[in-house]
Amino acid sequence: MSMLSFERKYRVAGGTLVGGSLFDFWVGPFYVGFFGVTTAIFALVGTLLIIYGAAIGPTWNIWQIDIAPPAIEYGLGFAPLKEGGLWQVITICAVGAFCSWALRQVEIARKLGIGFHIPIAFSAAIFAYISLEVIRPVMLGAWGHAFPYGIFSHLDWVSNVGYQTLHFHYNPAHMIAVTCFFGTTLILAMHGGVILSAVNPPDGEEVKHGQHENQYFRDTILYSIGPLGIHRLGWFAAINAGLWSAVCILISGPFWIDGWPYWYDWYLQLPFWNDMGLDGLH
Amino acid sequence: MASFHSLYSQIQIHGPHDEGIPLRGHEFPRIGKPFLSRWIGKIGDPQIGPTYLGFCGIASLICGFIAIEIIGLNFLAQVKWNPVAFIEGIAWHRLDPPDAKWGFSPFVPLEEGGWWIMAGFFLTASILLWWGRIYLRAKALGMNTHVAWAFASAIFLYLSLGFIRPMLMGSWHEAPPFGIIPHLNWTASFSVLYGNFYYNPFHCFSIAFLYGSVLLFAMHGGTILATSRFGGERETEEIMDRGTAAERGALFWRWCMGFNATFESVHRWAYWFAVLTTFTGAIGILLTGTVVDNWYLWGVKWGLAPDYPQTYPDMVLPPEIAEQVRAAADSSQTAVDTLPPPPPAMEGAP
Repeated sequence: MSMLSFERKYRVAGGTLVGGSLFDFWVGPFYVGFFGVTTAIFALVGTLLIIYGAAIGPTWNIWQIDIAPPAIEYGLGFAPLKEGGLWQVITICAVGAFCSWALRQVEIARKLGIGFHIPIAFSAAIFAYISLEVIRPVMLGAWGHAFPYGIFSHLDWVSNVGYQTLHFHYNPAHMIAVTCFFGTTLILAMHGGVILSAVNPPDGEEVKHGQHENQYFRDTILYSIGPLGIHRLGWFAAINAGLWSAVCILISGPFWIDGWPYWYDWYLQLPFWNDMGLDGLH
Repeated sequence: MASFHSLYSQIQIHGPHDEGIPLRGHEFPRIGKPFLSRWIGKIGDPQIGPTYLGFCGIASLICGFIAIEIIGLNFLAQVKWNPVAFIEGIAWHRLDPPDAKWGFSPFVPLEEGGWWIMAGFFLTASILLWWGRIYLRAKALGMNTHVAWAFASAIFLYLSLGFIRPMLMGSWHEAPPFGIIPHLNWTASFSVLYGNFYYNPFHCFSIAFLYGSVLLFAMHGGTILATSRFGGERETEEIMDRGTAAERGALFWRWCMGFNATFESVHRWAYWFAVLTTFTGAIGILLTGTVVDNWYLWGVKWGLAPDYPQTYPDMVLPPEIAEQVRAAADSSQTAVDTLPPPPPAMEGAP
C-alpha cells in the first residue's frame, strides 16, 4: 500500500474543499481530491500540447524546442494553434495546474491539521508566473510580450527583455529580489549547516539541541534568531524573492519605459546637491 | 538533556538570560551583557548577545575595517574629499583593479590599482579569519563543522572571481571592481564579453541551485511553521525521536508530491543546494576566458542554440576575431567572412 510505518492512522476522511468524499482517496503515496483530478487533467493536457508543439516544430533537440506566444500583431486576441495558440492553451493549462496544486496543498494541510503556510508560499511563486505570462502582457496589450516555453528560448527572452531596459541590474525591485534570493540561500546554508552539525557531532560528543544552536550563532554573529524565528525568516525571505521578482518585471514596460539606469536621475538631480555644482555624476 | 528550550506563545517570557554554554577553558571570555528586546522577540529569540570574539574575530574585524577604510577613502579622494559628493555617489563610486598592462604583478603603484590589491588583500584576510572563527566556534561547542564548509564554498566563489581567475588569465584587470553599481556593471559586461553567460552550463547549474534553495526554504519554512502547533520547530528533538510534527510534515509532502524527506534529510537537501550554488558558480567563472571564450558559440557548437544564418552578411570581422569565431564554430560549419575590415565609415562621428 506504499504507506510509511506510521501513515495509516493519519489517513482519515475529511478536510476537502470541493467534492465532499467523492475524490477523498489516495493513489499510491499521492492524495487525490478534487484538485488532484484537475491538476492531473491540466498537467496532462499541457504536457501533451508541449509535445505536440515540439512535434510540429523544427527540432526535437531538447535544448532548442521552443513554443512561442503569438506575434505582437495578435494583440490580446486568440491566435491559430500553430501561431501561438498552442502557447495560449498551454498557459491556461499551466495556470490551472499550478492553482489546482496550491488548492490541493490546502486540502492536504486541512486533512493533517496543520497550517496553510506552504500553499501561501507557493502562491507567491504562482503570482510571479502569472505576472510574467498574463498580467504584464495584458498591461502591454499583447500576448507576444510573454516568455516562450523552451529551455534556452526562455533564457534568451530574459536576456533580451533585460537589455530592452539597457541594464536590468539597475531595476530597484530586481535588486531587492536578487538580495532576497541570495539572502535566502545564505540563511538556508546557515540553518541546514547548524542542524546537521548539531545532530551529527564529532566522535565522542553528544548530540546537541537548541541551546547549542543558539550559542553557536550568538558566539559567531552576536544574535541567534532561534528555531521558530529562522523558519519565519526563511519563509518570508523566500516569498519576497518571488514577490519582488513579480514587481520588478511588472514595472518594466507598463510603468517605466526608459532604461533603468535613468531611473536614478530623480536622486542625482535632487536640488540639495544638484545646486552645488559637483563634479562627476551629472 | 538540554537545559534550555525556546518557548513560543502569545506571551513573551522575559526570564533570566541564557548565559550560554560554559567555555571549555583555553578560550577568550565571551563579551557583552545579554539583553532582551521585546520587538525582536515578536519574530525570533528576544535575547541579544553575549558574543565571542577571540583572536580570529578581533583580527578579522581589524582587517575588514582596514579594507573598508581603503575603499571608502579612495571613494572620498575621487570626489576631492567633498563629503556631499561622497554621499550622493555612494552607489556609483568605484575602486578599480590595475590595468591589463600590469599583468598579475603584486607590485602596482597605489593610484593605478595598488589600492585595489591592498583592499582585496585585507578583505580576503578578514574573510578567511572569519572562516577560522566559524570553524573554531563549532569545534569549541562540540558541534560539527558543516557551517564552516558551506561558508568555504562561498569563499571559493569570491576567490575565483577576484584572485584565481585573474591569476589564470595573468591579469588583475580581469577581476571585478569594488563599488555597488560598478560591480553590477562588471557582471553585465562580463556576460556580454564572453558571449552571454546564460549559455554557460555551470551558470545554469548555479541558478538552478539558487532558485532551488529558495524553493526549499519556502517548502521547509512553510512545513515547520505549519507544524509548529505540534512543536515542529524543535527539529533536533524530532530528528532524534520522531513526533507527530515530523510525521505530519513528512506526510504532507508524501501526499502532495509522492516523496518526502525526513526532518534530518531535508537539512541535507538544503545544505547541498546552498553549497552547490556558489560551488558550481565558481566553476563557471573559472572556465570563462580560460577554457571557453564565448559561451554562446560554445552553445551553438554543442547544439544548445540553433546555428542561425548570417544576420548581417555584409559585416566583416577583423581577421583575429574571425579566427576565434571560426575556431569556436568549427564543428557547426558556420560560414565566417574573413575579408579584412573596410575603413570605418563613421569617421568623425561622435
